[in-house]
Amino acid sequence: MAQVEIKGVEKVYPNGFKAIHGVDIDIAEGEFVVLVGPSGCGKSTLLRMVAGLERVTAGTIRIGERVVNDLEPAQRDIAMVFQNYALYPHMSVFNNMAYGLKIRGMSKAEIADRVQKAAEILELSSEQLTRRPNQLSGGQRQRVAMGRAIVREPSVFLFDEPLSNLDAKLRVQMRVEIKKLQERLGITSIYVTHDQVEAMTLGHRLMVLNEGNVEQLGTPIELYEKPASQFVAGFIGSPSMNFMDARIGAGGDTVELPGGVSLPLDGAGGREPGRAVVLGIRPEHLEATTGSDVASLRVDLVELLGADTLIHGHFGDDKADMTVRLQGTSTLRPGDLYPCAVDPAHLHLFDPDSGRRI
Amino acid sequence: MVENRPLLTLFSHLVLILGVLVVAFPIWITFVASSHDAVRMTQVPLPLLPGSHFFDNLWQALTEGVGNVKEVSVGTMLLNSLAMALMISIGKIAISLLSAYAIVYFRFPFRMGFFWMIFITLMLPVEVRILPTFKVVADLGMLNNYWGLSIPLIASATATFMFRQVFLTIPDELLEAARIDGAGPLRFFADILVPMSRTNIAALFVIMFIYGWNQYLWPLLITQDKDMYTIVMSIKQMTEASEESPEWHMIMMTTLLAMIPPVVVVVTMQKLFVKGLTETEK
Repeated sequence: MAQVEIKGVEKVYPNGFKAIHGVDIDIAEGEFVVLVGPSGCGKSTLLRMVAGLERVTAGTIRIGERVVNDLEPAQRDIAMVFQNYALYPHMSVFNNMAYGLKIRGMSKAEIADRVQKAAEILELSSEQLTRRPNQLSGGQRQRVAMGRAIVREPSVFLFDEPLSNLDAKLRVQMRVEIKKLQERLGITSIYVTHDQVEAMTLGHRLMVLNEGNVEQLGTPIELYEKPASQFVAGFIGSPSMNFMDARIGAGGDTVELPGGVSLPLDGAGGREPGRAVVLGIRPEHLEATTGSDVASLRVDLVELLGADTLIHGHFGDDKADMTVRLQGTSTLRPGDLYPCAVDPAHLHLFDPDSGRRI
Repeated sequence: MVENRPLLTLFSHLVLILGVLVVAFPIWITFVASSHDAVRMTQVPLPLLPGSHFFDNLWQALTEGVGNVKEVSVGTMLLNSLAMALMISIGKIAISLLSAYAIVYFRFPFRMGFFWMIFITLMLPVEVRILPTFKVVADLGMLNNYWGLSIPLIASATATFMFRQVFLTIPDELLEAARIDGAGPLRFFADILVPMSRTNIAALFVIMFIYGWNQYLWPLLITQDKDMYTIVMSIKQMTEASEESPEWHMIMMTTLLAMIPPVVVVVTMQKLFVKGLTETEK
């Protein structure tokens, strides 16, 4: 086990493309950090630099006490789980797990012992250990890939979208298992995914990346409650946050929507009246109300999901499509008016130019 | 095509049977001729049924030699051919595996240049460069030995190209996983790449063994020493009897013996061979 320190790390590819624009993060011992972002944001590149599969252009990466920039992957005391598992197809499951240990020159008895332990943790039967990877199901292959990481007893686990090749049901199941496993073994882990649900449920902390820049680093709840930018706000949460162009009201304590609707803001001042802003409201925070001074949403479409109902609609003349998430089933129909209010604490304001939170 | 028309079935069977007859009849004649004695083979009509001298002829061929190549037995020729074919096929596979490995997995200056240089040798088979190659082999003192028989035929662009294609289908993640497991370049080659190309190696071995076994012109050129004669080139020599008539029963026995090793190789490796040429999933 070890902490990982990434300082000012940049990556420029030989063709001049800058994939990572300087990332800093200290990962504590036993912490589970998730790198999340859309495809092409540089999250895999960052992980591969930690693994030693890509060279670091600038900055330092430290695992434990050592700077590992120039070390071979095998010397970094890490283990990696790949998206397509990368199991050796011609070796039995046992040998797949044992290969790295054999190269290290470990004794046969100890190898067998470690593989056996890993197999028990992952609930792989001894019969399955003798099979070839292509005789296993996707979920089992995933387990073997994790087993290969576990037997090494590394300081750091690296996961590169390990669940994206599994079907939806299995993905949820394996997600829970990875979480349990990480808590049980207490090994520092870095996990890359583009799936925000995976990110929210797995990570102690999340790092949201966008085009090689760190948008925000924080706990899942921090990211959900106080997104630092419009990008993070739109990325975290499902269905994603509603955005609309708005303007701060004359008093500086309200926000005016184009449709003439005005919503009260939180007490904190410092907002110049008349300033253009982007207002963000999460679908689950547009709550039904009966009070006065309410905004009414014209319903366009109702999606019944069983546990939840999603309502798509718009405020007055404003064309922006809004999504509302209601608990349980709803009797609303297209064309109805849905009077709603938002707790001022749940309004998010962003600068329309920089996208940063105001 | 799945059709159920009796006439069509009959017709296709007839065509197939005809094809088999066309291929099998000469082999049958060879076998029949090799089982008679010299006297019977000079009388017309030639026999169509086997005689009783098969094992005598076999023993004589293996130990004594035939016609005007009496000095060296067919047994020795078989060994020479076997050595040559094995050296060519194993040498080709070893060299092509290594060169394909270099071209696919290493970044060195003029990598593609080297690849195209190897590729261009496809246009230069032995027959085209036979005089310069002979000169080189002679200068290196490799006339009349196994090295001279096999080395000029070993370099192979086809095999290099084939292994390159095979390696390109192996996902990069395997290399990365091996690096994380601590495997160096040679270990990765020996533990991962070669076992994964197993079926392709087998397929190539079959093709190259037959290619090596059937060499005619090259051995003819560089073997003056009769101890180095290969079986395929000798058959031709045997028929060129100047004073006496050719010993057809012995020549046919030699031909029969020359056919056996390629058949054995194909039959034993058939399964891997087909897999190696058709299997795409890694």
